[in-house]
Amino acid sequence: MSTQTTHPQTTTPPAAAEEAAALRKALASTPRPPRATPRQAAMAFGWRGMLKVKHVPEQLLDVTITPVMFVLMFTYLFGGAIADSTGEYLNYILPGVLVMSILFTTVYSGIALNTDLTKGVVDRFRSLPIWRPAPLVGALLGDTVRYLIAGTVIVVLGVALGFRPDAGIGGVLAAMALVLVFAFGLSWVFTTLGLLLRSPSAVMNAGFMGIFPLTFLSNVFVEPETLPAGLKAFVDVNPISILSTASRGLMHGNADTSDILIVLATAAALTAIFAPLTTRLYRRA
Amino acid sequence: MTTQPPLAIEATGLVKSFGETRAVDGVDLAVRSGTVYGVLGPNGAGKTTTIRMLATLLRPDEGSARVLGHDIVRDAETVRELVSLTGQLASVDEDLSGHENLVLLGLLLGLRRAAAKTRAGELLAAFGLSEAAGKLVKHYSGGMRRRLDIAASIVVTPQLMFLDEPTTGLDPRSRNQVWDIIRTLVAEGTTILLCTQYLDEADQLADRIAVIDRGTVIAEGTPAQLKASVGSGALHVRLLDPEQRPAAAQLLERDLGSVHLEPDPAGVSAPCSDADRAAEAVAELSRAGVRIGGFSLGQPSLDEVFLALTGRTAEEQTEDPAGDLHEEQAA
Ligand SMILES: Nc1ncnc2c1ncn2[C@@H]1O[C@H](COP(=O)(O)OP(=O)(O)OP(=O)(O)O)[C@@H](O)[C@H]1O
Ligand SMILES: [Mg+2]
Repeated sequence: MSTQTTHPQTTTPPAAAEEAAALRKALASTPRPPRATPRQAAMAFGWRGMLKVKHVPEQLLDVTITPVMFVLMFTYLFGGAIADSTGEYLNYILPGVLVMSILFTTVYSGIALNTDLTKGVVDRFRSLPIWRPAPLVGALLGDTVRYLIAGTVIVVLGVALGFRPDAGIGGVLAAMALVLVFAFGLSWVFTTLGLLLRSPSAVMNAGFMGIFPLTFLSNVFVEPETLPAGLKAFVDVNPISILSTASRGLMHGNADTSDILIVLATAAALTAIFAPLTTRLYRRA
Repeated sequence: MTTQPPLAIEATGLVKSFGETRAVDGVDLAVRSGTVYGVLGPNGAGKTTTIRMLATLLRPDEGSARVLGHDIVRDAETVRELVSLTGQLASVDEDLSGHENLVLLGLLLGLRRAAAKTRAGELLAAFGLSEAAGKLVKHYSGGMRRRLDIAASIVVTPQLMFLDEPTTGLDPRSRNQVWDIIRTLVAEGTTILLCTQYLDEADQLADRIAVIDRGTVIAEGTPAQLKASVGSGALHVRLLDPEQRPAAAQLLERDLGSVHLEPDPAGVSAPCSDADRAAEAVAELSRAGVRIGGFSLGQPSLDEVFLALTGRTAEEQTEDPAGDLHEEQAA
């Protein structure tokens, strides 16, 4: 550092004079609009999420390629071995793959939040007069669109390969909606993790360490009848089993209302516990 | 109630510790409405921590503050409605375009989409960013990013603006642009709290300055008072031949009272605020056969201010300049 600190006079070249006038005008008068409603604020953050997808469409590969691979792998690699025919197994497995793919994607919500926190923009969001959970709710709403894309890819591919839902399109949509609601609830767990852990990769590791065993110890791939008693008991109460049973039921028209209610209650409970926790942590991060 | 004009910021005894570090250790501030208040200090002095408390992002451990008459802890929501923050790390979203950033903030502040778009366009034009409007911010230059950052802070005109080192790392031209923006904002009636490491920046813009060091205010006053207490400005002379420095130093000491040998072996400076006397001293050097490469009459640097106020230079206690904020975010 030099100790010389002479400062040049601020010059105003002619072109800049125009700019200066524009500047004064822009700064002059902006009456403060009424505060954004919680819905407006959350929607604005949802829009931010979509813009990121628009600018980096590669992000969608995560949510499309992986499910496609799962469907192909389970149908052709394991399908023959587990069930008598590919079509029959596909009818069983597809709702499960849908559940699995979307639940895996929820981990990315936590990773994205953790990445966001390393940037200065979060300070600005936190200094705005907005509904406190808006940045988080909005981000999760944006993520829901990604889940929807993943879900659509899976179902369309499934139908092309011979998946025939007995309850038709209505059943598929109902199942998809149920999975999205559950995913929304589960996302809060990962956003909490995203605020507690130090780096995006730590969130990724912890997230998958939780979600992998839960998914594989469920009835996503096989009926648990063949499992040892202790394991079967766990699989039966695993919310992911109940979710895939319910979505299978909705797609094939034989859903149990109690299953659906359990799924909705679980999603509500996760949201009730982890949404306020995430919001508190976000304010203090 | 007094008849004094209302204070935009009134802080008493603010304290904030991070583990062992007392980042802010009893800061008092009184900022008049409609003025620019400079907070001057070296790396790690506690400037950012102070701003973050006043902007309601951090809760003080001790002490209290009122911003525009509202308590920063109890009325945090109200404070947030009236202020805006331009953080030290660019507080804009790098993964969006400049236009999208401003529209997003407009929407979050309650504008309708059409109004938010109009406002974004208006601000981009005013800040010379129209051409870059559609580009992602991560491809912006440092100066463009700063201007966008400030634009983002005034999508809806705030009553009080916090600016944390708005020109650090900018080239002189971008720096002047930012200074012009700040001057215009003040002329329009916004109160500004400006953190900076540069005395000349505080001098150019601020009505009053608080010098902070290790979390406490060590001097406060108008720029003129501060500079007077430091011994005003200085004449800096660069010699063509470093060998002649002892001779030059002797002459300057005789003419101006005292000299300071700069780290540069060809540089020598002497306290002096009077241009006539400085010119006289330079002429004197020249007459004595000292060959001069250049000279300038400048203000004391932050270093000199610190030397005068604390007896040590700012650098002696500098901490990792970039690391701290990242740690803080990740925590
Ligand atoms: N979240 C945090 N956790 C731990 N230490 C922190 C945290 N934030 C700040 N500090 C420490 O507090 C002290 C003051 O930091 P602060 O960022 O307020 O300084 P500053 O004056 O803004 O410095 P700079 O000019 O480098 O921006 C530093 O020693 C810093 O390392
Ligand atoms: Mg700082």
